[in-house]
Amino acid sequence: MKNQRKGWIWMGLGIALLLALFLSPFASSSPDGLERVAEMKGFKDKGESWALWLYAPLRDYAISWVKNEKVSTALSGLIGTLAVFFIALGFSKLLKKR
Amino acid sequence: MHIPDGFLSHSINASTFVVSAGACAYAVKRVNQTFGEKEVPLMGVTAAFIFAAQMLNFPVAGGTSGHFLGAVFSSVLLGPWASLIILTIVLVVQCLGFADGGLTAIGSNIFNMGVIGALGGYSVFYILYTLFRKSQKGFFIALAVSSWLSIVMSAAAAAIELALSGTSPFMIALPAMAGVHAIIGIGEAIITTTAVSLILKTRPDLVGTYVKKGVLREKPA
Repeated sequence: MKNQRKGWIWMGLGIALLLALFLSPFASSSPDGLERVAEMKGFKDKGESWALWLYAPLRDYAISWVKNEKVSTALSGLIGTLAVFFIALGFSKLLKKR
Repeated sequence: MHIPDGFLSHSINASTFVVSAGACAYAVKRVNQTFGEKEVPLMGVTAAFIFAAQMLNFPVAGGTSGHFLGAVFSSVLLGPWASLIILTIVLVVQCLGFADGGLTAIGSNIFNMGVIGALGGYSVFYILYTLFRKSQKGFFIALAVSSWLSIVMSAAAAAIELALSGTSPFMIALPAMAGVHAIIGIGEAIITTTAVSLILKTRPDLVGTYVKKGVLREKPA
């Protein structure tokens, strides 16, 4: 019974992981709302990309050594989703009322 | 609408950072008083879902794309303060791990999407839901309107920051940002109402703010 009551956790996490794995490679790569406005209103060039950012492990949702673009996006999405799950879970465990 | 480095002035980024940090500190205190056994895994799952869904850019008019934010979605499940913490975690991971959203702009991004999106969006939801006397129909109308508005309000906040930073004049930035995001917000409203109604059908007890038979399950903030 207890396991049944907790089934939703695996369901929810499973849905998130499936979205990241199978849908993220097919997401639109058009500029988003802010990028489009920046292009139209001519302040796009103000954007800077930090030298330090070359070290972001999964820069632009891609794994540098995975050649296939779709696989690269899917795997980085999977890693990110798992990472966010464990960070949020750990954080909320700390925050739980004692 | 993750703002990159260079768009906003340092004074704007510093101000929003202070406000966001204060709001997060208070959120930690509030969540600490209300979180129980069930909320702990729900926060993990909700954050994971929001991260994954934020990767799924959908096309909107004119070669532009938008994606889910999830501020009102997570507020309705766990309350606005937990929602602010969830969005902060997602934004920090996106910034440090994926170089999505500027490092100096992190305070502004948390302010726009977390403070304005979650706290502001939830306030709109709560006012509307109360005005509809907490009816079931009222719940979904409040949900749709507030999730749409959460996107427009976040975009307006970003436009104000752009104007105050001298990047783009207010009268240009505001209509452009609000206009594009009024369309993206429709996607937000559709995803939010669909996801919440699916959860209500399967596990209604996970939707903390939903009232059944006039009994408030969880005290909303």
